[in-house]
Amino acid sequence: MAERRYAKTHEWLTVDGKTATVGITDFAQAQLGDVVFLDLPKPGRKVSRGEAFGVVESVKAASDLYSPVSGTVSAVNDKLSSNPELVNSDPLGEGWIMKVEISGAVPDDLMDEAEYEKSAEASAH
Amino acid sequence: MPNRTALYDRHVALGGRMVDFGGWDLPQQYTSIRDEHLAVRKAAGLFDISHMGRLDLVGPRAEEFLQHVLTNDVAGVEPGRAQYNLMCLEDGGVVDDLVIYRRGHEHFLVVVNAANREKDIAWLRKHLPDGTTLTDRTLEVGLIALQGPRAEELMPKGSSETKAIPYFGFAAGKVAGVPALISRTGYTGEDGFELFIENDRLGSVWDAILESGRSSGVVPAGLGARDATRLEAALRLYGNDMDESVNPYEAGLGWTVKPDKGEFIGSEALAKVKQAGPRRRLIGLSLKAGDIPRHGAAVTSGGKKVGAVTSGTHSFFLGHPIALALVEGPSFPVGETLGVDVRGREASAEVVKLPFYRGSAHSAASPAKS
Repeated sequence: MAERRYAKTHEWLTVDGKTATVGITDFAQAQLGDVVFLDLPKPGRKVSRGEAFGVVESVKAASDLYSPVSGTVSAVNDKLSSNPELVNSDPLGEGWIMKVEISGAVPDDLMDEAEYEKSAEASAH
Repeated sequence: MPNRTALYDRHVALGGRMVDFGGWDLPQQYTSIRDEHLAVRKAAGLFDISHMGRLDLVGPRAEEFLQHVLTNDVAGVEPGRAQYNLMCLEDGGVVDDLVIYRRGHEHFLVVVNAANREKDIAWLRKHLPDGTTLTDRTLEVGLIALQGPRAEELMPKGSSETKAIPYFGFAAGKVAGVPALISRTGYTGEDGFELFIENDRLGSVWDAILESGRSSGVVPAGLGARDATRLEAALRLYGNDMDESVNPYEAGLGWTVKPDKGEFIGSEALAKVKQAGPRRRLIGLSLKAGDIPRHGAAVTSGGKKVGAVTSGTHSFFLGHPIALALVEGPSFPVGETLGVDVRGREASAEVVKLPFYRGSAHSAASPAKS
């Protein structure tokens, strides 16, 4: 199992070879509340690190999703179109959002779990 | 720092995510807005609404006073009956929407919006006649609401029989052995009760209702579920759907304005609005999945801005987004397509009939929409 890395903007990624799987964190889903819709890119779209690639709509608000890595979108989680609540119930598993074929190196300044938890906790106050 | 209701510690213990609402620390949700919303539609949800302002009005001229400051006709309201009402400015703008409960010939309970409590008290005092007293009881008396199609059968043991209480009626009785004023009113479109209980006994009633109802699907419900259910029922939210710049006819609440009762504050301005027809109207919109309209979003017709969304949400119960919007110009008939700005693009919205959903409140005994 690849190690999970975290961005300040509350996305996570795991890397398998050149493929990154991206989702949002448990902290992020809890802050958003019930997710009702995700506006996601089509496979083939190029994304840059830090770029807004989609939108997650919760009952409370719409929030941008930022790509933690540069590359080409190879897949999005189709299950989310009929079951957006998977982002709430299993954000690190069944609620994954997209897969990206990474171009170049994986950024080395993403946080590990402990660092992320600290940062999320601080942002909650 | 926001006020805390007598149930604050219980909300935190139940996992409530606390937010500031009208100056009160209240739970947005406990588990999930979706689950709490659906529980209210299918069984019953229990809300802490102790933030609502509760004012006691007593005196021989209490009725005459309310007739002067409110738009609806209070004279026909018998003791034991409640009435939805509006308080307006001279120019017809809405100061607040409220419910009056007639406790006796010279005694009314007035329930107002939390965020407007101080404004309302100042307005009422300004017009209060000699010999009539207005007392703010908000901090002494708690208020909880059990709302849902099964609310009546799911009242806990030790509660008074409620079958004889009509819609918009109330009676003194007991809930879980504790003295309460039991009112068949609410803000969800469902049948159910609002229960006025002294603060020191409120927690034990809250616990009893949740404990006895849990296996039947009763859950504590937060502000998120309250907002979603009231919007489906097209019940207006002051501060969103109307304010002092909106008059009752624009808000679609002309049925609460009773010119025949004689002069009242705003009567002259409202007579003119009625005669000329309102400049704006509150309408219902239905959108497709994912197009969630937010408060303030522009509403367009043929590319031209005609108004704005006042309340919008994704309705978990109906399965698509819904909105109330205040629009100018000619009426937009049911079935017409308008545009709504959703994240910078124009989403298509269909004008629909209000309410979006007619819950069990409407099948409750003898509606008293007077």
